[in-house]
Amino acid sequence: MSKIEDKLYTTRFKVDKFTHLKIADGSICLKCEAKPCTIFCPAAVYVWDEEENHIRIVYEGCLECGSCRIGCPYTNITWNFPRGGFGVQYKYG
Amino acid sequence: MEETFDLIIVGAGPAGISAAIVAARAGLKTIVFERGEFPGSKNVFGGVVYVNEIAKLIPEFWKDKTAPIERIITDSRIVFANDHGALQVGYKTDRFADPPNVVSVHRAKWDRWYAKKAQEVGALIVTNTVVEDVLRDQTGKVIGVRTGRPDGDVLAKLTIFCDGVQSPLLVRAGIRKEVLPEHVALSVKETILLGEEEVTKRFGTKPGEGVTFEILGSLADKMDGVSIMYTNRETVSIGIGANLRQWMDSKVTPYDMIDKYKEHPLIKPFVEGGQTKEYVAHWLPEGGYDTMPKIYGNGYMLAGDTSMLFNALHREGTNLAQATGRMAGETAVAAFKYNDMSEEFLKMYDNLTKASFVMKDMKKYRGFGHLLFDNKMIFSTLPEAVGDMCEEMLAVDGKSKKEKQKIIVRNIRKKVGLLKLLGLAWRGWRAVR
Repeated sequence: MSKIEDKLYTTRFKVDKFTHLKIADGSICLKCEAKPCTIFCPAAVYVWDEEENHIRIVYEGCLECGSCRIGCPYTNITWNFPRGGFGVQYKYG
Repeated sequence: MEETFDLIIVGAGPAGISAAIVAARAGLKTIVFERGEFPGSKNVFGGVVYVNEIAKLIPEFWKDKTAPIERIITDSRIVFANDHGALQVGYKTDRFADPPNVVSVHRAKWDRWYAKKAQEVGALIVTNTVVEDVLRDQTGKVIGVRTGRPDGDVLAKLTIFCDGVQSPLLVRAGIRKEVLPEHVALSVKETILLGEEEVTKRFGTKPGEGVTFEILGSLADKMDGVSIMYTNRETVSIGIGANLRQWMDSKVTPYDMIDKYKEHPLIKPFVEGGQTKEYVAHWLPEGGYDTMPKIYGNGYMLAGDTSMLFNALHREGTNLAQATGRMAGETAVAAFKYNDMSEEFLKMYDNLTKASFVMKDMKKYRGFGHLLFDNKMIFSTLPEAVGDMCEEMLAVDGKSKKEKQKIIVRNIRKKVGLLKLLGLAWRGWRAVR
């Protein structure tokens, strides 16, 4: 089985130096047991960091589907489009 | 740059470009904003476009050598799959070859080509530009948009929003409500390179022709979903989709699921050894008629995915976007003729969609989304029972055929229940009649 990193490697990105995704309130993630964002995000943008006790956001590989914005059970994710021209740039789509 | 246009279109997808072609042809000063690097670079779909609607704007486009058509689809198959087998129904005909009925395309290449057609008739397409807000006057009438560019306010008499299924812009502007997870399907897709001859050989098509598979069944871990396998010129697209609400409860990630799906005995021989060239993710607005926002207002219209237009049963998302984009463009032209951009006048657009197949189909299949969502057995229990039935009938194992029939009926009784099955058939009929 190929890993998500291998899949994302095939997709073209123009990475911005600013993130377009933010956790609004980190303390909410602490009480969120299921942390579904770490499962349903198709690009594995959200990773639970055991040591730091917070969600790490790998925004660089975001496919801009929007699922985290409405799928977070606490609507705790602030979602914006990347700035114009940045983010995923599909070759096939 | 506070410049004034007749018409602003947000989003260079099939809806936006169609609207732009109609409007620019009629002489409206039209500007299209696209947040990607080029038109199509942010756009994703399954992979086929129907010819009829596109030909209304570009007659006989399939004869244009520059049109990036992948394959002409002459073989359409529907598959009922469980995790170890698949029952197929298909229809193959030369009648859909010339003129074509439906063709496979790569969205990113197609939209880029299609956008050129809009530019050729005078539409201005501005890429790399996010529309961040909607501008209104004191009466609430939409008078333009705020873009992410410096001094990026742009004014127009009329605005058409074609910014796609997930529209943070329209939610922020209060024009559309945020969608609910149960109203969209999250899909992931891989484009797998095999080479042109290899695709033709593996799928048993004529050169230049192709086949599509729509696969209904249970994905891993009892997850209900629809998957696709479409042939392109030298690649195969495979995709899986399921309701976002289900992904939220899932223990399996979408990328593991698509890998698992590639191992299915139906899929594996077709894609094995191929090289994945791209991995994409996107929503399908599967909520249906009841989740649609109002598609017009004072100074604006909504077309395509952003108005939650989608016909899952007939894989028509692009087609509805094409059609509504065209109708919004036609309404814009009429509005300028009468110099009236009011909500009352723009109701014409709503009327056009209602008089056409667009809203007739949306209404006809109003209950279809609920049917799938409320009856999980369509995806899991039923394909399993059908698989068991096929295996029982096909296996020569010394049992008499009468015995086999008994086993099948007993199995369906046990797994599904005859009354439940009849009830489902009835509800299914009512949902699409």
